[in-house]
Amino acid sequence: MLTYISRRTLYSIPVILIAAFLLFWFVRASFDPCARARASKDVTAVSRCRDEFHLNEPVTTQFGRWLGDAVQGDLGQSERTNDSVQSMLQRAMWFTVQLIFWGILVSAILSIALGVYSAIRQYSIGDYTFTALSFIGLAMPPFWFGLLAIQFLAVGPKTWFHLDQPWLYFVGLHGSGKTGFNLDYARHLVLPVLTLTVQIIAEWSRFQRASMLDVMSADYIRTARAKGVPRRKVVVKHALRNALIPLVTVMALDIGALFGGLIITEEIFSIPGMGRLFIDALTAGDAPVLVAWTVVTAIFVVLFNLIADVLYGVLDPRIRLT
Amino acid sequence: MTTEHDLEEGRRNVREEMAPTGIGPSGFIPSSEGEFESASHAEPKAHSQWALFRRRFLRHRVAVFSIFVLLFLVIVCFGANYFAPFKNTDQDLLLGPVQPNGTHWFGTDELGRDQLSRILYAGQISLKIGFAVAIISTVVGTAVGAIAGYFGKATDQALMRITDLFLIVPSIAILAMALQLWGHTDSVIILVLAGLFWMYVARVVRGEVLSLKEKEFIEAARAAGASPTRIIVRHIIPNIFGSIMVNTTLGVAGAIIAESTLSFLGFGVQPPQTSWGSMLSDAEGYVGTSKAYLIYAPGIMILITVLAVNFIGDGLRDAFDPQSEKH
Repeated sequence: MLTYISRRTLYSIPVILIAAFLLFWFVRASFDPCARARASKDVTAVSRCRDEFHLNEPVTTQFGRWLGDAVQGDLGQSERTNDSVQSMLQRAMWFTVQLIFWGILVSAILSIALGVYSAIRQYSIGDYTFTALSFIGLAMPPFWFGLLAIQFLAVGPKTWFHLDQPWLYFVGLHGSGKTGFNLDYARHLVLPVLTLTVQIIAEWSRFQRASMLDVMSADYIRTARAKGVPRRKVVVKHALRNALIPLVTVMALDIGALFGGLIITEEIFSIPGMGRLFIDALTAGDAPVLVAWTVVTAIFVVLFNLIADVLYGVLDPRIRLT
Repeated sequence: MTTEHDLEEGRRNVREEMAPTGIGPSGFIPSSEGEFESASHAEPKAHSQWALFRRRFLRHRVAVFSIFVLLFLVIVCFGANYFAPFKNTDQDLLLGPVQPNGTHWFGTDELGRDQLSRILYAGQISLKIGFAVAIISTVVGTAVGAIAGYFGKATDQALMRITDLFLIVPSIAILAMALQLWGHTDSVIILVLAGLFWMYVARVVRGEVLSLKEKEFIEAARAAGASPTRIIVRHIIPNIFGSIMVNTTLGVAGAIIAESTLSFLGFGVQPPQTSWGSMLSDAEGYVGTSKAYLIYAPGIMILITVLAVNFIGDGLRDAFDPQSEKH
């Protein structure tokens, strides 16, 4: 196992490096880090700026320089705020990590539960209801779901029941002046996490249903039932564990999409995480932040893929990780 | 794949016809030679592939209904000049925002513009982008996927590595950056979206071609001296046509959602042009106010369109591959 993890980590380093280079190239070609200097009256400003960013060198040398600084923890300076990119990313990352953590947890639990229920009660009213809901969830743009959620789950109840404060908040992750993991936090968290996960739950629960149905019709399940193992135990111990294996693969592939969903979620719910940082940087043409953002995101996705591969081996002992 | 299913179907037809009489010429042929049986005796009653496909598709009621819904949407949106109650740009500043009523079915916005009319005109852009992206990415993706799968080696490796790269960076981020760089006109949005979507088609097509090219009938065609182009166009593509079509419908749905998301974030369609996504972007600030009615209609239009397209895709999948009907 340990050799496998270290080998996979070693393998992902060139992948990340190539991705980083291409992204660096793309952002360099698209966004001029000297845009502000160009607006300046000082004629030497542009050339000074070009020297500062070494823009006259070939892009590979520039990338090497950037990479050398990056591994030492220096990601440059934001064009927009003059802050160090690294501290901006760190601040934003904390919010994003919270959303991702709750997002994956909620969507995994809900979609497995819904998928298993729909599979063992196939063609029941519940199954049809969840099927219909998942079709709608997949066809609905997530940002629109977010707007509807604010309207019907936060503002709606407030006006219907004449409350002073809505039950669920839709700005930020904490009330002003409040911190910590408490009820206030939970009330802020529900709507963003729901918006982030609705499409994913719809997709994963369909997938889990199909893979559960596949497993339930396998011979060894019939054998277990014939031996007199109680149905509940067959479902939980024999079927579920095997039915989870394909889901883990899909989960790993969807992590990238989850990061994309953050851009929408954080925009709607004004959460100053990575998604917001991306939009602000892109609107302002803030090249250093964009380069760092894309590379850091890529590293995260690769990391999650690695975790999924390891989980794969834990779930299915037949898969030997060597 | 399809041919096997059709043989299966043909065989079942033969059996059903033979059943009442009990005795038939097929009785002389060992039943394990089923393929022979159908090939020689189903011929008088043989249905063309197209007829079999059509019959299976028509059985999928929701998909048939969805076709009519989609046609209706296309007609009212592209015929907006005739159907829309007001002109696209008509403003009535004195009227201002009004709730949905008899004259303005979906209400009006803060400039007094009729929402129903705006939605129909905006639909032109959303639908155009959806269909154009799907068609372009299907054509390009099929070509590249077939070449990569058939010839393998370098092309194949390059394709797989490039798509791998795109899987690790959120596509919405790449699309937003590309649009910020190249501008926001319809054609740029279409090309940028297609530039990402073709890769998914190519991966699917490549996978199918990889397994198909080992089949005997391809080998036979090759032995008969058919050129690679002829094999791909005449023998491989018709056999994977089903999954290509299904992917096209997925592409339409994906492109409409992607476009609306980008426009919502402000990186897609720019004023004075409107799409359903940019209408929602305009209405975002009204959530929770008395003007919240502005957020419903454009979203419902996206939802209905994508649902209809997805159902059509389901119907096509069942029709092309009857085995997938199981679940």
